Amino acid sequence: MYSKKVMEHFTHPRNMGKPKEYDAVGKVGNPVCGDVMYIYIKVKENRIVDIGFETMGCAAAIATSSMVTELAKGKTLEEAMKITRDDVAESLEGLPPIKMHCSNLAADGLRAAIMNYKKKREKEQDKTT
Amino acid sequence: MRVYLDNGATTKTDPRVVQEMMPYFTEMYGNTASLHSFGQEAKEAVEKARGFIASFINAQPDEIVFTSGGTESDNIAIQGVARALSTKGKHIITSKIEHPAVLEVCKHLEKEGYEVTYLNVDKHGLVNLEQLEKSIRKDTILVSIMFANNEIGTIQPIKDIGEICRKHGVYFHTDAVQALGKVPVDVKEMKIDLLSGSAHKIHGPKGVGLLYVRKGVKLAPIILGGGHEQGLRSGTTNTPGIVGFAKALELSKEPNNMLELRDRIINELLKIPETILNGHPTQRLPNNVNVCFKYIEGEAILLHLDQAGIAVSTGSACSSLKLQPSHVLTAIGLPPEIAHGSIRITLSKFTTEQEVDYFINNIKRIVHNLRELSPFWKNR
Repeated sequence: MYSKKVMEHFTHPRNMGKPKEYDAVGKVGNPVCGDVMYIYIKVKENRIVDIGFETMGCAAAIATSSMVTELAKGKTLEEAMKITRDDVAESLEGLPPIKMHCSNLAADGLRAAIMNYKKKREKEQDKTT
Repeated sequence: MRVYLDNGATTKTDPRVVQEMMPYFTEMYGNTASLHSFGQEAKEAVEKARGFIASFINAQPDEIVFTSGGTESDNIAIQGVARALSTKGKHIITSKIEHPAVLEVCKHLEKEGYEVTYLNVDKHGLVNLEQLEKSIRKDTILVSIMFANNEIGTIQPIKDIGEICRKHGVYFHTDAVQALGKVPVDVKEMKIDLLSGSAHKIHGPKGVGLLYVRKGVKLAPIILGGGHEQGLRSGTTNTPGIVGFAKALELSKEPNNMLELRDRIINELLKIPETILNGHPTQRLPNNVNVCFKYIEGEAILLHLDQAGIAVSTGSACSSLKLQPSHVLTAIGLPPEIAHGSIRITLSKFTTEQEVDYFINNIKRIVHNLRELSPFWKNR
């Protein structure tokens, strides 16, 4: 049912857990549907220097979370914002059609984290000016 | 190590069953409807099996109709009663936790103008007898309540249900696919009019089932053809399958330690924090364990167990094509976020202590690891 790549990321997730230090978190999903993802990012000079995730969900949810952290790590915020759900699915050598919609939330989680980071920065800048 | 703990789905065919079946593939392959000796020796074997199976459930041989399996038996029973008694009434009573082979037939009949009452169950999965009795109307023609639930293992008070139905003159059908060969079934004492059974759940072959039809019960056939099985199930008789079914039932009487192993698994799993046992604590199948691990999801648990060579099943939406949690877990009142974390472990007479220990060690590790990854575990 799942590709080898999905199973590899599911059984050996990269960047798992909440990093010790992070600047923002993106929370997506709904426990009623079974999939919830928290994507944590640490940003330095506009670049994602550390990233981690916590996910409750099926194998596809865990694998996509793991993959999005790999894709985003080291990227600038602008580059990371461009990562799509399809990019994640393609990097995993595809997902079963039924999982494309419900469990493929990781790119949304990453974007939510970046947006939250930007909002935080704006607020901080408002305070200092 | 490979450990099969999904015996509610299907079982390993007992080698002694296979051995019993073999001659009916290779030598005695005649059609039971044929008059020559090839046909007659096959017929003799089928009738011997029929006699044995009938006595196993305290029925008469001519009350046993062989089918292709549980789903077909349920269809012949429910559609058969509905068609035969449509002039008497068009009301059917069933429960919300039936197998799809019953629920989908009922839904289909609703589209044809039949009315169906779907009884609620309590948190343990039991139907309420008072509610059942109150639901019976003048135009009620059938009550269909499963003997034991395939997901959570809860065994219904079948005799009480049978008595209520008999008192009101309503036919009582029970899907006993999971119960037959695991718990005592006596159609006379339990006042059952129609009962579905299947061979492959008890180490028999796939593709063979039975429908017990009490003498005098009216059924309209839904499968037409050569008039086999008293006209209720046309189609060439599955001689090896039927012979294997009888052998499997005979072997089901052998002593086993499923109950002890089941309780050991339940006790060990309930030591894991935030774990819920689904189904009735005692009134349940001897081989069924169903639990929910909070804050994690069942498909992930299942696939991690599979990596360790262990086979179980889950009621999580993520593993279903409809993306909805199991209708049974929903009916017993579990919210979807908890139902997602369900795992069903079903044992067989072949399950060993060593296999159970291997499973327990692995499930503890997997639940721990998945919870470490879950955003809800640390913040609970």
